[in-house]
Amino acid sequence: MECVFGLVGDGFALVAADTSAVHSILVHKSNEDKVMLLDSHKLLGASGEAGDRAQFTEYIQKNVHLYEFRNGIPLTTAAVANFTRGELAVALRKNPYFVNILLAGYDKDVGPSLYYIDYIATLHKVDKGAFGYGSYFALSMMDRHYHSRMSLEEAINLVDKCIMEIRSRLVVAPPNFVIKIVDKDGAREYAWRESIKDAEVSAA
Amino acid sequence: MSRRYDSRTTIFSPEGRLYQVEYAMEAIGNAGSAIGILASDGVILVGEKKVTSKLLQTSHSTEKMYKIDDHLACAVAGIMSDANILINTARVQAQRYTFSYQEPMPVEQLVQSLCDTKQGYTQFGGLRPFGVSFLFAGWDKNYGFQLYMSDPSGNYSGWKAAAIGANNQAAQSMLKQDYKDEITREEGVQLALKVLSKTMDSTSLTSEKLELAEISLDPSGVVKYQVCKPEQLEKLLVKHGLTQVSSESA
Repeated sequence: MECVFGLVGDGFALVAADTSAVHSILVHKSNEDKVMLLDSHKLLGASGEAGDRAQFTEYIQKNVHLYEFRNGIPLTTAAVANFTRGELAVALRKNPYFVNILLAGYDKDVGPSLYYIDYIATLHKVDKGAFGYGSYFALSMMDRHYHSRMSLEEAINLVDKCIMEIRSRLVVAPPNFVIKIVDKDGAREYAWRESIKDAEVSAA
Repeated sequence: MSRRYDSRTTIFSPEGRLYQVEYAMEAIGNAGSAIGILASDGVILVGEKKVTSKLLQTSHSTEKMYKIDDHLACAVAGIMSDANILINTARVQAQRYTFSYQEPMPVEQLVQSLCDTKQGYTQFGGLRPFGVSFLFAGWDKNYGFQLYMSDPSGNYSGWKAAAIGANNQAAQSMLKQDYKDEITREEGVQLALKVLSKTMDSTSLTSEKLELAEISLDPSGVVKYQVCKPEQLEKLLVKHGLTQVSSESA
């Protein structure tokens, strides 16, 4: 079962997501990147129906790019969050997208921020959030250990605690995770946490 | 002249001109003028009212100045009924943006969006262009205070000082001479009133014939759009020595 979680720290925000692509009882791949870079300073972590996830996040990403090309200025994180929610809300009563999203961004005037957007177009600005069965464990760990303005080291520690909990307590736990961060220097991949590596194909 | 090419808006003349667009600009050249000035702490819009009568209920509506959104206002010159349609369009566009993004629409984007609408009427549909020019004044957090001028062709550009309507060329050259960067709002008001008094046809200047509006930031950082009340405007005119027939040089 898919899992995405994130939190806001001191001058940064991070999003962690599992990297499994599963169909029924088959694991297609265990290095699927579900955290998309929307622009230089925004991350979109998504979980849900695989086709919807890829299609909707790419749609949002391209609209964010289009805005910047048209207007010469990037959208703020709040604006992207509200736009995304609006798209989900419009689709909801016609052809809903089954995608849950954690949007993390850094704006110069506001600092780091995290938005919780679920598949029925709920929008909340939060300090920490999580989706999926893993959220039961991640949220509990974050409730216990999170405090505002955590340093990067403390935050990664907390993320690792959450991943450990998910791995040990969730019955069909995803083995691998990717962690991405965004701060004043931009959005980037921070690390992978792999307990199963895809076997290398040996050369003939 | 190539009269056979003017009746349809959507075709070029052999010389590469769009006659209907040019005729629309002619119509505006006969309308009451308006001047906009970009100051360091705000934007000033002054308009000349053509319809003056003791019977007009001036406290309830303005003739030249309109608020588009909390952070954006405009002055118009031209056919008023055309202007009303476009102002409503601009207001809807601004709210639609805020509905999507929960943020105020950047000033230039609003101007561009409205100008795209105007351009449509010069290229397809067979309808005549709008006979209105606008001066847009507003504030946004990307570029601060801004002033834009747009015309019936759908062209627009950003200005430090601009004039539309009757005698706009004379007003524009006067502004070019006397405008200086980092002018304050107070100095801007004085400059606008002075230029308008020289380019207006009427012999004497009273607050009945003018409208003055300012866009500024209040101390808490909220954008303010204020239309000057007639009594205050009269005081300003007296203060700057503009109430008499302009035989006194500045």
